[in-house]
Amino acid sequence: MAFESLADKLQSTFKKLRGKGKVSEKDLKDAMREVKLALLEADVNFKVVKDFIKTVSERAVGAEVMESLTPAQQVIKIVNEELVRLMGEKEEKINISSNPPTVIMMAGLQGAGKTTTSGKLGGLLKKQGKKPLLCACDVYRPAAIKQLQVVGSQLELPVFTIDGSRDVVDISKKAVEYAKLHANDVVIIDTAGRLHIDEVLMDELKNIKNEVNPDEILLVIDAMTGQDAVNVAESFNKELEIDGVVLTKLDGDTRGGAAISVRAVTNKPIKFCGMGEKLTDLDVFHPDRMASRILGMGDVLSLIEKAEQAIDEKKAIELEKKMRTQTFTYSDFLDQMNQMKNMGPLGQLVKMIPGVNAKALEGIDFDDKRFTHIEAIIQSMTADERENKVKISPKRKERIAKGSGTSLNEVNSLLKQFEQMQKMMKQFSGGKANKKLARFGKMKFPM
Amino acid sequence: MALFEKLKESLSKTKESINSRFEAVVKSFKKVDEELFEELEEVLITADLGVQTSMDIIDRLKDAAKEKKITESEELKAELNSILVNILSTGDNTVRLEGTPAVIMVIGVNGVGKTTSIGKIANMYIKQGKKVVMAAADTFRAGAIEQLDVWANRVGADIVKQQEGSDPAAVIYDGINAARNRKADILLCDTAGRLHNKKNLMDELKKIYRILDRELPNSSKEVLLVLDATTGQNAVQQAKLFKEAADITGIVLTKLDGTAKGGIVFAIKNEYNIPVKFVGVGETADDIMEFDPVEFVNAITGTD
Repeated sequence: MAFESLADKLQSTFKKLRGKGKVSEKDLKDAMREVKLALLEADVNFKVVKDFIKTVSERAVGAEVMESLTPAQQVIKIVNEELVRLMGEKEEKINISSNPPTVIMMAGLQGAGKTTTSGKLGGLLKKQGKKPLLCACDVYRPAAIKQLQVVGSQLELPVFTIDGSRDVVDISKKAVEYAKLHANDVVIIDTAGRLHIDEVLMDELKNIKNEVNPDEILLVIDAMTGQDAVNVAESFNKELEIDGVVLTKLDGDTRGGAAISVRAVTNKPIKFCGMGEKLTDLDVFHPDRMASRILGMGDVLSLIEKAEQAIDEKKAIELEKKMRTQTFTYSDFLDQMNQMKNMGPLGQLVKMIPGVNAKALEGIDFDDKRFTHIEAIIQSMTADERENKVKISPKRKERIAKGSGTSLNEVNSLLKQFEQMQKMMKQFSGGKANKKLARFGKMKFPM
Repeated sequence: MALFEKLKESLSKTKESINSRFEAVVKSFKKVDEELFEELEEVLITADLGVQTSMDIIDRLKDAAKEKKITESEELKAELNSILVNILSTGDNTVRLEGTPAVIMVIGVNGVGKTTSIGKIANMYIKQGKKVVMAAADTFRAGAIEQLDVWANRVGADIVKQQEGSDPAAVIYDGINAARNRKADILLCDTAGRLHNKKNLMDELKKIYRILDRELPNSSKEVLLVLDATTGQNAVQQAKLFKEAADITGIVLTKLDGTAKGGIVFAIKNEYNIPVKFVGVGETADDIMEFDPVEFVNAITGTD
């Protein structure tokens, strides 16, 4: 249904043009309509979409797309680049005061996830060596203070409350004083959720702000928010002048177009995103990855990045040489496998591939354990065995199986796989195949 | 009809946005032409109706305009109004309460207002003289049980609860027994917020629903998906996946007192035929009402 990716839609738009040669302005207009619809489906605000389309169109009308043999890819590239630009090109950190305690104030609509995020942020800062104090200023929602206390105790963070008090300005002021006395270098103030059009509550936030002068005001926004995200962000920013945004519930399947809307109307960076129910699930926000998500393209950038990090250029060249000279050993095999493993769990990798439907993957078991088993088997070999210097006899096999905690069967199947690989390489490097190999020279996974 | 006034007031923000934009669009086009329809489509999309639903509605509007030979843009407004009412009014918007106890369960993603909605719904039925038992089956979120406890005390409902972290299905089971023993009219089940793409949590929901189904075969079961009116297109996906886990019978649309439009209910009705049953229009215990599609659409489009 609607969750078809923009890439697919653009491909089919441009497919109609095949054989027509050049891309006309009308074709481009059609493509822009697809981009527009995709962004709207992703909940990017309408006005923001309009401005965005204008920018993209201007770039696309230039030679970049019109002359290209692959117009669809060109359009996607431009859209992607512009999205990243719009969302801020780099990761942003929070302001830490040179004169502690650093005061962080959370604000947002009801149910956006302020209390949970306050806890998560406290946990994150604690890990970085800070000593955060949580301050409970949501005195309206029943049991909100209790919620923060429970979260605090789970994270082993102190929580400042004043029993029965409804004076949030006083509470926050005293929390800062308390922090100074108790060597807490960060104070995180959890506030009551409110409607952004509620002036009384907005004034209360302003009063807290004036009293404690926060170093950082974070607006917490639900990633599933629709067109209204602009109004929310605009009014909070106008009233409080926020420093950044936390996007919550991003572990759902929403496209999260609200991210663009918020950024576009406030020009304030998104600093964190909530990625799960656990109190450790708070991540730094990556604009580029969000762009891909909004476009439904899969997280190509993360995938490329992971591949780049994981593959060691020098080792690849060495491996290629070994293949040619037929000196490929179990140690090399292990090396190669580790490089792949460095890229992360298989299931996670597959999900990043564009066009792979996350739903179709449900129930398929990506067995990372197999990697672990193979690793154990090879590590249980003696140095000579690993370097192919001795033949692996049944007795040796048995020892390897025992040593690695696997079965004889598993050892056998690995040895067989390895032999097949060696055979394959022999074919490659022998005679006629030499030319073929030259072409495959750049291939990094000879598996 | 004080509540109707309240809804009208709540929706005035919504009304302003749809209606004023609608007026502006209509005014700028004297004649009905393709460009006008395109602009109207944009107006609907801005209210979170979604691209597909908005296109469907505009298609219907075009057909109607052609059939009735509408050439003046002003006349289109009444036509759009009736199309919108039509979408929301097919199907059953009433809340079924059959058997003792009748079951009402609320489900939804995190932070949409499930616990608050339960409190308000309980208040409404208790005021009608019904006996209500609440089952605090959100055993996951810190403070959720206490929050419901506060509501139970406030509105005078019985509450069945266990420790935080206990098995929600067990709480539901206790709730069923308590409701039976105390001859309650209504059993209200709170559940933990969950994102619909978390398979294990959806399985847990299935289990809860199975217990209700097995233990109370003769009771009506209203499974209400609570939706935050600010939610965008993801709500359609929520409706789809929650429907797979527990047979949703209706929607509670919350937080309609902001500037959000709740237009997503049109998309959900259009695609999955799930009716809205309650709307939350404010912060006090009385701020909930049974849904009336005509009033809702009238309030949105500014028709009296």
